[in-house]
Amino acid sequence: MAIDKATVLRIAKLARIEVADDATDGLADELNAIMAWVEQLSEVDTDGVEPMTSVVAVTLPLRADVAGTAVPREDLLADAPNAEGGFFVVPKVIE
Amino acid sequence: MSALTDLTITSARAGLDAREFSARELTEAHIAAAEAARELNTLVFETFDLARARADAADKRLAAGEGSLLEGVPLAIKDLYCTRGVHSTACSHILDGFEPPYESTVTENLWREGAVMLGKANMDEFAMGSANVTSYYGNVINPWRRQGDDKPLVPGGSSGGSAAAVAAHMALGATGTDTGGSIRQPAAFCGIVGLKPTYGRCSRWGLIAFASSLDQAGPLTRSVEDAALMLRAMAGYDAKDSTSVDVPVPDYVAALNGDVKGLRVGVPAEYRLDGMPEEIETLWRQGTEWFKAAGAEIVDISLPHTKYSLPTYYIVAPAECSSNLARYDGVRFGLREADSDLTHMYERTRAKGFGAEVQRRIMIGTYVLSAGYYDAYYLKAQKLRTLIARDFQTAFEKVDVVLTPTAPSAAFAIGEKMDDPIAMYLNDIFTVPASMAGLPGISVPAGLSNDGLPLGLQLLGQPFDEARMLNAAQFLETAAAFTAQPAWLTERAG
Repeated sequence: MAIDKATVLRIAKLARIEVADDATDGLADELNAIMAWVEQLSEVDTDGVEPMTSVVAVTLPLRADVAGTAVPREDLLADAPNAEGGFFVVPKVIE
Repeated sequence: MSALTDLTITSARAGLDAREFSARELTEAHIAAAEAARELNTLVFETFDLARARADAADKRLAAGEGSLLEGVPLAIKDLYCTRGVHSTACSHILDGFEPPYESTVTENLWREGAVMLGKANMDEFAMGSANVTSYYGNVINPWRRQGDDKPLVPGGSSGGSAAAVAAHMALGATGTDTGGSIRQPAAFCGIVGLKPTYGRCSRWGLIAFASSLDQAGPLTRSVEDAALMLRAMAGYDAKDSTSVDVPVPDYVAALNGDVKGLRVGVPAEYRLDGMPEEIETLWRQGTEWFKAAGAEIVDISLPHTKYSLPTYYIVAPAECSSNLARYDGVRFGLREADSDLTHMYERTRAKGFGAEVQRRIMIGTYVLSAGYYDAYYLKAQKLRTLIARDFQTAFEKVDVVLTPTAPSAAFAIGEKMDDPIAMYLNDIFTVPASMAGLPGISVPAGLSNDGLPLGLQLLGQPFDEARMLNAAQFLETAAAFTAQPAWLTERAG
């Protein structure tokens, strides 16, 4: 199941990365080389093996449901490329 | 003054306590060294004025007899650590200008213990790389050079700036992060000590995330004792990181006694690679001889799934990275490429802001997590990970530590291994398996290659058994008696 040009464009769309048209062939080659290399995992019989979800066996801790201190809004907005009136500004999404 | 930069953290702390010099003098000496070493490009953001202020504060505490573990000790901090109000970009264009309004837990712990920040250290973009050649801020140059060859060498990666800064004596120690070998491999390439703690030992809160099930903070130092000291300061439970483990942090320095009599040292057959340079094979054998001569027991072990560790890693890590890096969208921080359409704004920002290797890994991760491929790749890799971890569990029934080379080669020249991503990935062949299993590992400089470059040996320990691993590492350090200095340093001293 080689990754073709259309697949590269589909992945790029999912990943929200603009890919120039003349770059898709090169990317397809690179991704195919990497996927061909990881393909060797299929030779291992993993039937009945539990997938690992965490390397340390811990139960997620619970905490009391109380409000804590948050980073002040203006401090967070100070890092935004575009902020106005206490909000992040994005291009218009609703006509 | 130059002598102050030749100290270890431990001896500097003793000198500060004995009032042989002040924290300000110690910091000024390192600032001067850092200014003189700018050509190595180890720091992407210098915080010298902040360092001076913190050194003065350290002097006050020292005068009051209140000096903490790392009081007045100048450190380089990997740019992956969020430091309040100070440049924190993981050396990516997409985080341009990011100054976090909060402090990572690990750096907070270091400041609590009196440490001084010299600046933010260069690194591979988002810690994705093994040669520090993917940083938006340019390559780091290894202070070591081959004998009779002026070609600039890579410092390893991703914590390449941290490793080179410590090797060039412009910081007494540095923080790094290790996802698949990013502390241990650069430590080996730069002839210093690099420690990756057990997953969960140090809080990940405030570390810019790459692969969350693997990322772990750790120190890079010029001695094992210094690594023990820094780890003690960095480690500890943190309620803000749900994968941080609530176990006591021992006094690692006090546990160092150099005694390895009766220690069971495992040597895995699968780490003996075809085509591995003879000098690395020889050094590894020498390492086992040192342990044997001191009364340790060398045990042959098998880690049968070793060869699958790297391909497993290159599914798991990109999958997690594609998810973690989804947050960089040009809205809340960093770079934005303006467009009247929201989706195009995302796409253009991410195309411009991420470098080629990061884009490649996001694409791989997106692919293996996409509908129809999840089971074949991601789930399969998660199962392999169980098998890899099980290999270690079985081995650790028979041994206390595992001894291997750190990397399959010495440092290579900038520009080498650049054409083929997989050739670059193979750098981490000896470090990735322990990462997959969450185990602690340490690289100790143990010898020189035929052309005069440092080579490291790696010790792996059982989960949360860093103390025993560090003790074995200190024995190895003493036995190897590695005193060689990088060319960059000896030429300046000469």
